[in-house]
Amino acid sequence: MATAAGVFTNTVFGFIRASIMFAAIASAGGELNGYTIAQAATYVWLGQALLAPIEAFGTREVSQRVHQGDVAIDLLRPTSFLGLHYAQKLGRSGFLLLGRGIPPLVVGALVTGLALPESPLSYLLGAFSLLLAITVAFLADMMVNLAAFWLLETRGLTIVYNAVMNLLSGFLIPILWFPDWLLTIARATPFPSMIQTPIDTLSGRVPPLEALPLVATQAGWLIVLALMAHLMLRAGVRSVEVQGG
Amino acid sequence: MVATLYGSRIRSQATFRTSFVTDVAGQVLIVATEFLELWVILSQVGTLGGMTLAQVAVVYGLGALAFGIGDLLFGEIDNLSSYIRSGKLETLMIRPVPLLLQISSLDLSLRRIGRIVVGLAMYGTALAIAGFSPTPSALALAVLAPLAGALLFGALFTMAGALQFWLVDGREFANAFTYGSNYVATTPGAVFALPMRAFFTFVVPATLIAYAPTLALLEMPGPALVPSWAGWMGLPAAVLVWIVAGLLWRAGVRRYTGAGG
Repeated sequence: MATAAGVFTNTVFGFIRASIMFAAIASAGGELNGYTIAQAATYVWLGQALLAPIEAFGTREVSQRVHQGDVAIDLLRPTSFLGLHYAQKLGRSGFLLLGRGIPPLVVGALVTGLALPESPLSYLLGAFSLLLAITVAFLADMMVNLAAFWLLETRGLTIVYNAVMNLLSGFLIPILWFPDWLLTIARATPFPSMIQTPIDTLSGRVPPLEALPLVATQAGWLIVLALMAHLMLRAGVRSVEVQGG
Repeated sequence: MVATLYGSRIRSQATFRTSFVTDVAGQVLIVATEFLELWVILSQVGTLGGMTLAQVAVVYGLGALAFGIGDLLFGEIDNLSSYIRSGKLETLMIRPVPLLLQISSLDLSLRRIGRIVVGLAMYGTALAIAGFSPTPSALALAVLAPLAGALLFGALFTMAGALQFWLVDGREFANAFTYGSNYVATTPGAVFALPMRAFFTFVVPATLIAYAPTLALLEMPGPALVPSWAGWMGLPAAVLVWIVAGLLWRAGVRRYTGAGG
C-alpha cells in the first residue's frame, strides 16, 4: 500500500516535471543544451525512479539513534558501524529500486517515450554508476546524521542539506542547464555523482567511453566521503556521552 | 479559545530562539532553491509557458504565499495517519474541542513563516516589475488571491487528511494532491498539456491559485481552459472544495473506530 501510494505520487510529480522541461525545450526550439524532448523525458523518469532508492529526501534513523542514545548498542556490536548501516541501506535500495523504480519508468515509456542507450555497455556501466551513486549518497547522508553527535537535533540541517542536494545533484533540472557559476559550484561538490551521473550513464546520453571519467569522479568522491565519514564517526564516538543505562 | 490554543503554541516555539531562527532560515533556503529551478530555465530560454521571468515570479510568489498560509494553518493534518496509528487521535477526540481545530493548532510550526515572508516579498516585488497597474478591482484581486489560495490549500490538506482515515498507509498518495498542487500552482499553467491542465483546473483547481489570478492581474490572455477571468474563480473554487473536504472529513471521523487501548 505504501509502495503503491509512493509510486502514484512519484508519477504525478514526474508528469509535472516533464511538462515544465518540455515547455522549456519547446521555447528553445526543440533542443536545450544537449537535451531533446526524448532525452528530457528519459531524464525525468529515471530521476523519479532513482529518487526512492537513493533516498534523496534523507534519512534520520542514525541521528535519532544518536539523539536517544541507542547508538551505544550499535557501537557495542562486533561489526563495523558504517558497514552495518551500509548493508541495511543496500537492502532497502534493492527493494526500492524494483518496487518504486520500475513503475515510473514503465509509465514514462508508455506515455512520453524514453530514449534508450545505443550501446549495451551503457547498461553495464550505468548499473555500476548507480551502485556508486547509492554509496556516495549513503555516505553523505550518514555524515549529516553523524552531525547529531555534536548538534543533537539535526532536523534543520537535514532540511537544508536536502534542499541543496536536490538542486546541485541535478535532480530538479540537469546541471548542464545551470549558468556557468552555478555549474562550477555543482561540479565542485559530490552531489552530481548522486543523480546526474547515473542518469547520464544509464540513459546513454553520455556514451560509455565519455562516461568513464564521470564514473571515476564518483569513485573519487566515494573514497573521500568514506574517509570523512569514518573520521567523523571516530571523533563522534570519542565525544559522545550516553546518559542512563 | 482559538486565541488560547494558538497563542500557547506560538509562545512555546518563540522560547527556543536559535532553533527557531535556523528553522526559518532553512525554509527560506528551500523556497530559494525551488525558485532557482524556474530561474535557471528562464536564463536559458526567454519565456516559459508564455511568461517572462518577472511574470513567472508573480506566479511563484503568489503560489508560495498561499501555500505558506495554508500549510501553517492546516499542514499538520498531513500527519493524521501517525496520530491514527499511535492512538493519539483518541486522546484528541475525548477533549471537548473540535478535532480539526486541535490538529490544526497542535503543531503550528512557526518556521513555516519563512515561506510566507519570502512569498510575500517576491509577490510584491515581481508585481511592481511586471508592470501591475493598480485599479481598484485589480488591487482587490491582488489581496483576495493569496487568501483564496490559502483557503484552497487548506481544503486540500483537510481532504488529504480525511483520506488517511481510509488509507492509513497511503499518506504519500495524498501528497500528490497537496504538494503536487503546490508544484503546479507555482508554475505557469500553460506548460501543461491539455488533459493535465484540465485535471489541475477542474478536478484539483491548482491553476486557479496563482496562475489564473496572475493572468488577470497583469491583463494577459490565458491559454485554452484557463481564461484570464478565471483569476476571480479562486474563492468560489475554494468554497466548493471546502464543502467536499468537510463532508469527507465528517465521513472519515464517523468511520474511525479506534484500535483499542
